[in-house]
Amino acid sequence: MAADTTTHAPALLTFLLRLADDNLVLAQRLGAAISWMPDVEDDVAVANLCLDHLGQARNFYTYAGRVEGAGRTEDDLAMLRGEREMLNAVLVEQPNGDFAHTVVRQLFADAYQVPLYEALTASADPELAAIAAKAAKEARYHLRWSSTWAIRLGDGTDESHRRMQAAVDGLWSFTADLFATDGAEAELAAAGVAPDMDLIRARFDATVAEVLAEATLAVPTDTYQRIGGRTGYHTEHLGHLLPEMQSLYRAHPGAEW
Amino acid sequence: MNTATDPEITDRAALLAALAAVPDPEIPVLTLADLGVLRSVEEIDGRVVVTITPTYSGCPAMAHMAAELTAVLERAGVEGEVRTVLSPAWTTDWMSAEGRAKLEAFGIAPPPAGPTEGPVPVGLGRRPAAQGDSHREEAQPTCPQCRSANTEVVSEFGSTACKALYRCLDCLEPFDHFKGLH
Repeated sequence: MAADTTTHAPALLTFLLRLADDNLVLAQRLGAAISWMPDVEDDVAVANLCLDHLGQARNFYTYAGRVEGAGRTEDDLAMLRGEREMLNAVLVEQPNGDFAHTVVRQLFADAYQVPLYEALTASADPELAAIAAKAAKEARYHLRWSSTWAIRLGDGTDESHRRMQAAVDGLWSFTADLFATDGAEAELAAAGVAPDMDLIRARFDATVAEVLAEATLAVPTDTYQRIGGRTGYHTEHLGHLLPEMQSLYRAHPGAEW
Repeated sequence: MNTATDPEITDRAALLAALAAVPDPEIPVLTLADLGVLRSVEEIDGRVVVTITPTYSGCPAMAHMAAELTAVLERAGVEGEVRTVLSPAWTTDWMSAEGRAKLEAFGIAPPPAGPTEGPVPVGLGRRPAAQGDSHREEAQPTCPQCRSANTEVVSEFGSTACKALYRCLDCLEPFDHFKGLH
């Protein structure tokens, strides 16, 4: 195992759980969206998005379990941690809402993950770099889907435009939490394991500005931001999502199917 | 599953051939070797180590592929294991020329050849099927039925993680396109 893994184990574990939890919670939301999309092609699309995010979560959890060294498996980390232990950004736990909300939540998540994963491919931690190289290709494809729909619906009918702007405005206050950092990211950035999150934020802003401009949608000017997911302070929605997702595994620990 | 030793796997070459012949569970016309998922077969400390790499992070077929390869080792009576590695990440450039030809004959448009290095432009744009002014990162696939290049995307996502759904505007047949992943 690489030297930096042992040197920075606590910070790396925190960072890996943040990456994994983002993907797991988003996958759970997307899985629940299947059969609620406006056409069958997009039911298939959200199923594929779900699968990619779930696969990325598994890779991060498996590595996190090894870094922790306490014998916890990917299933233990995903299914036996409570709301205050989950470190996902509050954006991904927001409800599916209407199709506009599902698209905009995905757009914001993709605009964050593409530059994050691309930067992580150069991580000093070879395992993290390998997972990110795989995930970056998937994230770029996801962004094609979310940006395509954002532009089509934003620059669509009065009703689709109204719904898209409402989704952008409604979800905007959950975006800064994606980039909220503490000592973990700073320590890893200094060691070349994680990127400078300010640079990721700059690319996120550029992507969002480009897509929303083409979609004739306004970037919100409201400055209120709900922060806290990265340290386990979530919105009310995660507390409802987790029991539904975890009940089977908690009732039958170690279950395989 | 037949767990008895396979009499046809008598040497290393035969074992390699048997491993390379394991089909993809979703696209059985392709072998794992054609697909580029089968990365290497090595002998380490007297054990055979078969290394595979996933096409997509969440590909649900990986466990099945590993089980099929393990079954080949068992049939050959060989001590060994199947390992999954992520790096370097799989790309469609690893698909063999034979694999591409088989895909097309099967009715699936093969992935485009592409750059193996460097940044990939992120395509942003209108939905091509609806708007027609597509701004795409990939060339349009050729229809595997009539060879027309006059095709359009129906859905960016298809029946498996590695495929998208297209239709031909000349012969009107819908077809799967194996997505390019570079």
